[in-house]
Amino acid sequence: MHLLVCGGTGCRASESSLIVESLKREIEEKGLSNEVQVITTGCFGFCEKGPVVKVMPDNTFYVHVKPEDAAVIVAEHVIKGRPVHRLLYVDPVSKEAVNDSKHMGFYRKQIRIALRNCGFINPENIDEYIARDGYAALGKCIGELTAADVIDIMKKSGLRGRGGAGFPTGLKWEIASKNKADQKYVVCNADEGDPGAFMDRSVLEGDPHSVLEAMAICGYATGASRGLIYIRAEYPLAIQRLKIAIDQARGYGLLGQNILGTSFSFDIELRYGAGAFVCGEETALIHSMEGQRGEPTNKPPFPAESGFLGLPTNVNNVETFANVPVIINKGWEWFSSIGTEKSKGTKVFALAGKINNVGLIEVPMGITLREIIFEIGGGIKNGKKFKAVQTGGPSGGCLTEEHLDTPIDFDNLVAAGSMMGSGGMIVMDEDDCMVSIAKFFLEFTVEESCGKCAPCRIGNKRLHELLTHITKGNGTMADLDRLRNMCNVIKDTSLCGLGQTSPNPVLSTMNNFWDEYVAHVTEKRCPAGQCRDLMKYSIIVDKCVGCTACARACPVNAITGERKEPHFIDQDKCIKCGACFEKCKFGAVLIN
Amino acid sequence: MEKIKSLADLRKIREEAREKLDLRVKGDNPEGLVQVKVAMATCGIASGAKPIMEFFVEELDKRGIAAVVTQTGCMGYCYAEPTVEVQLPGREPVVYGFVDRKRADEIIEKYIKNGELVEGIIPVNYEKID
Repeated sequence: MHLLVCGGTGCRASESSLIVESLKREIEEKGLSNEVQVITTGCFGFCEKGPVVKVMPDNTFYVHVKPEDAAVIVAEHVIKGRPVHRLLYVDPVSKEAVNDSKHMGFYRKQIRIALRNCGFINPENIDEYIARDGYAALGKCIGELTAADVIDIMKKSGLRGRGGAGFPTGLKWEIASKNKADQKYVVCNADEGDPGAFMDRSVLEGDPHSVLEAMAICGYATGASRGLIYIRAEYPLAIQRLKIAIDQARGYGLLGQNILGTSFSFDIELRYGAGAFVCGEETALIHSMEGQRGEPTNKPPFPAESGFLGLPTNVNNVETFANVPVIINKGWEWFSSIGTEKSKGTKVFALAGKINNVGLIEVPMGITLREIIFEIGGGIKNGKKFKAVQTGGPSGGCLTEEHLDTPIDFDNLVAAGSMMGSGGMIVMDEDDCMVSIAKFFLEFTVEESCGKCAPCRIGNKRLHELLTHITKGNGTMADLDRLRNMCNVIKDTSLCGLGQTSPNPVLSTMNNFWDEYVAHVTEKRCPAGQCRDLMKYSIIVDKCVGCTACARACPVNAITGERKEPHFIDQDKCIKCGACFEKCKFGAVLIN
Repeated sequence: MEKIKSLADLRKIREEAREKLDLRVKGDNPEGLVQVKVAMATCGIASGAKPIMEFFVEELDKRGIAAVVTQTGCMGYCYAEPTVEVQLPGREPVVYGFVDRKRADEIIEKYIKNGELVEGIIPVNYEKID
């Protein structure tokens, strides 16, 4: 028998290490050391109910365990085999105690569809993919279904593009299929550029064949015989695994001429991007693949009419494709039973920032931010207070505590002032300054703007300048009005999605954290204590003993004072480096 | 590699491959092989999964344990890389996080040889569809 005790930060803070000791002691006293082991594990993720103890092999899950409960657990459960009822997890809905952790709602929060094979199969072995029903969907499509059937299934499934905009995939395929041409293309958009996002990379590294198979299915449905994957050169491992996968699929004849003995032919090539963020926009992506500058053009014409080399082209994102084979295999009814009314299926999120369990998660649409951040993500690092979460990457918005219980789907996120985006999720705590966060994201868009249209090229630069102005303590209330107006103009007049969404971080932080902007402007104060230029160092006369340590540490000689007398900081000379604060042993240096 | 010419051929390969993978799915394999899977996406490799994988391959061989060591994609526990999943015959798989050489050695000596769990377990918090 194994007793697993959670040793995550949260449980450790509530004395889980003492529980381990008491359990070990009890077991030793009863002479059971040979049969029963006590093990400290990683975070169970259920920090709210910690400390947590799990008994294996029967999966009994004890919550809120105290060190003094160790004796009862050993005497009752270990020796007599009876679960200790008062320590069991009680289901919040049914009010019933749950014995087996497998039946707990929390551990069913993640469902892996796009990531079904990630972390399970060897991505460099096509046989393992085939064993997991790989290429069966392609076989079913070209052997038993017409192109119209396939499009019909995709439409009914309700799958929407996972690259950010959420356009219905089936409809996209239908439009491409209706455009007549001798040659059509299927393009996989693997130009994942959001800072901190790595969903697509993980799919390509962990399950490359699922994307290849889906592209072939798309080719069959839209009448295309050639596929291109646009992938950034910064993803060398994904590229290598894709190359291996393409070679293996060709070797088996699952790509190439007359696939599975039918008249359907389809082959895939790779195209490398140089890592420009704007090339994730489909028209810019196509221009880049054509060897032109990666700049967007007006839509219409949509790529479905005139795309790569002027021919009908269907562009989908990696994660979208990864869902396709499963939908064909398991049916649209199954897929559309997951998620919300208008957003079906699951979404992969890259969870990052000030959160305990940084990682990759796949959750059904309609889950709340609270469930993601506090249950799956294990809460905020170092026990700090949650402040905001940025969804949708640099083009998304910051959501706050009041949005924590909003069910996440494409439409709700837009309504809340953010967006789904490709699935980056950056969590911020009380120490983050929201003006600086907006500035940080804008820095990214300023660098990545292609420069083709003026609102994006000049406007974002001006926004960034204004924000810098504010964080330096030079802003006025009129600047805040200008900031908001300029954001709206940029949104309305930019050519492509990059400029149309780049002011989002500014607007959403202004809407949700207006007080912080005002504090920067009127009080010249940064509430989070992040903006260095707004900090003021001073010496508390009563606490200063005149040891001269700070004066000697000051690199600009801004501190003066006689030995054994209180010292003073000359604010004009101070560069706010903080050296005096670190040196002072008496807590006499004050920061505001 | 021979080409697959029909859907029936594909099914045949699937059945064959499935048998091999079954070891991993059910864990009741007759030869009693230990399955070790090392998460080798960029995050894992950056945290040192490659030497850990080599360590498992070499050491299991040296210590005369019949085991299959494979690489796999990201398991999602990026905060705890390198992560390694170990499945003993007939048992549920166990995922270990923060696996360095010392822990890898412990896993081989204690868990793989004697079935004693060692520190560093990450409870799996997702369901895979089949």
